[in-house]
Amino acid sequence: MINKIKSKSKFWYYLPDRIGGFVKHFLYILLSIITLFPVYFIIVSAFKTKKEYALNTLFLPSNPVLQNFTEAFKGNIFWLWLMNSIILTVGSILLSLLVACLAAFAFSKMKFWGKSAMLNIIVSLMVIPPIVMIIPLFRLMAKINLTNNYASVILIYSALLLPFSIYLLTNFFVTIPNSLLESARIDGCTDIRILFSIIIPLSRPAIITLVVVNSLWTWSELLIALIFLQSNKMKTLMVGIALFKTRYAINIPVTMAAMVMATIPMIVLYIFGQRYFVKGISSGAIKG
Amino acid sequence: MRRNIGRKIQPFLYLLPSIVILIFIYLYSFISLLKDSFYNISTKTAVFVGLRNYINVFGDSLFWDSLLHNLIIIVVTLPVLIIFSILFAVFLYERIKGWKAYRVIVFLPYIFAITVIGIAFSYIFTYRGVLNYILNLLHLKFLALDWLGSPRVAIFTLIFVIIWKELGFGVILLYSRMMSIPEEIYDAAKVDGVSWWQNLRYITIPQLRSIIEFYAVIIVITMLSWIFNYVYVMTSGGPGNSTNVAEYYIYRRAFQYNQMNVANTASVILFIVTLILVFIRFKLERREEEIID
Repeated sequence: MINKIKSKSKFWYYLPDRIGGFVKHFLYILLSIITLFPVYFIIVSAFKTKKEYALNTLFLPSNPVLQNFTEAFKGNIFWLWLMNSIILTVGSILLSLLVACLAAFAFSKMKFWGKSAMLNIIVSLMVIPPIVMIIPLFRLMAKINLTNNYASVILIYSALLLPFSIYLLTNFFVTIPNSLLESARIDGCTDIRILFSIIIPLSRPAIITLVVVNSLWTWSELLIALIFLQSNKMKTLMVGIALFKTRYAINIPVTMAAMVMATIPMIVLYIFGQRYFVKGISSGAIKG
Repeated sequence: MRRNIGRKIQPFLYLLPSIVILIFIYLYSFISLLKDSFYNISTKTAVFVGLRNYINVFGDSLFWDSLLHNLIIIVVTLPVLIIFSILFAVFLYERIKGWKAYRVIVFLPYIFAITVIGIAFSYIFTYRGVLNYILNLLHLKFLALDWLGSPRVAIFTLIFVIIWKELGFGVILLYSRMMSIPEEIYDAAKVDGVSWWQNLRYITIPQLRSIIEFYAVIIVITMLSWIFNYVYVMTSGGPGNSTNVAEYYIYRRAFQYNQMNVANTASVILFIVTLILVFIRFKLERREEEIID
């Protein structure tokens, strides 16, 4: 079949090979420019005065200033929002990780009735969009006075993180040889100790991947934070920044400075976990 | 005997925390969502109204408009994301010069919050923004537009930003799958003098077929029900309602107009559509596993 096509339109089929190198580089360079431009734009604008931003939006600042950062931090509310985001992210990551480890241990190392059906149901929950659960949950939380409350949001975030966490950890725990667990059991190790002192330490790549992916998600989450944390003091950084957009509509560089500050923790985390992270993507599909 | 029972319930003790959380958040929501859709919940005590909420939602042209916008977004992003994911993954696989740097750049958008990137783009795309400034410098002033302010263009600007953010994931997903294609296939093809195009058409794409299908379903689910953030920070559904999508429709009905009945019932409909997609995804995954086995 290939030969037939080759003789039929040889010219067109070999065209990519002749001009291929040029086109490939052209496409990748174009993609790089489009990808990097907004990043450049945010950083550069954060160091411009309001006046310079109006006159020179594209090029580097002639006289870089730090005043936008101090303006963003003015009045302490930004610190409060930052703290809220940190509390919610750390809380949800810890809770979901602990609970997911326990479940993944059962799924990977124990036999019980209905195992694969249960795992399948949990994995399917991964794609249920939060918007469909928002209204019942909001009505419930409002009824029992748990809006503007860390605990309720941490619980919701953990529930949303659990399906993927259980899925990834189960896949990883399965690869840990059972003979290792057997010999520990002969030495008198209880199951819970086997989990915490053998399986979890051996699963560092999977756990780091989860910490990175789940932190990125929680840190960036907008919808739930917007609805469940409406009082000004309880807002998260992302909701706060969306608010900055309207509040500093005439002083855009301040918003840009706030966005730089909000992204730095995630870049640090990503660099820290990158090595494991790319591996994690290849082993189980990570949600975009 | 006693030990035996212990063995049997032990797995469920480990599963208990997960089950409690998942039942509380997911199952509770689904049941009360479904139940409430047959009641009027805006009064103090809920009153049974039968199918009236559904009739109201289906009779709301804004609901259909919103779904239509989701559909437009799906129809445009699906081929673009798939074609470019394949191309850029193949280029990475071929180790073109600078592939290591490209791999980092391609994945960069994944780190940025949609809120952050959406706000940055909304300043880039305003009429007096950077993009029009650049067009002006290039003597292409006639192309200058109010990218997010004109009803006909805004949804495509939104789509551009969504693609900007989502493409990297697809590239890395396909790239990492390509790494597991046996190299002998390509070696054999090289001996036969196969062209680049034939390589792609007869080796790479068939080998990636199942993961591409899987990715396609993920794209459809994402574009149907995970794009609230883009709309919220960039257009607020406007201008007019030209970028209103299902999620934003529900959000606005519930939390801005206080029309809980409509919002709740629209959620049920979105949920059912998502369930159908989950089912398709599940089927595809099953098939993929069979192929691997």
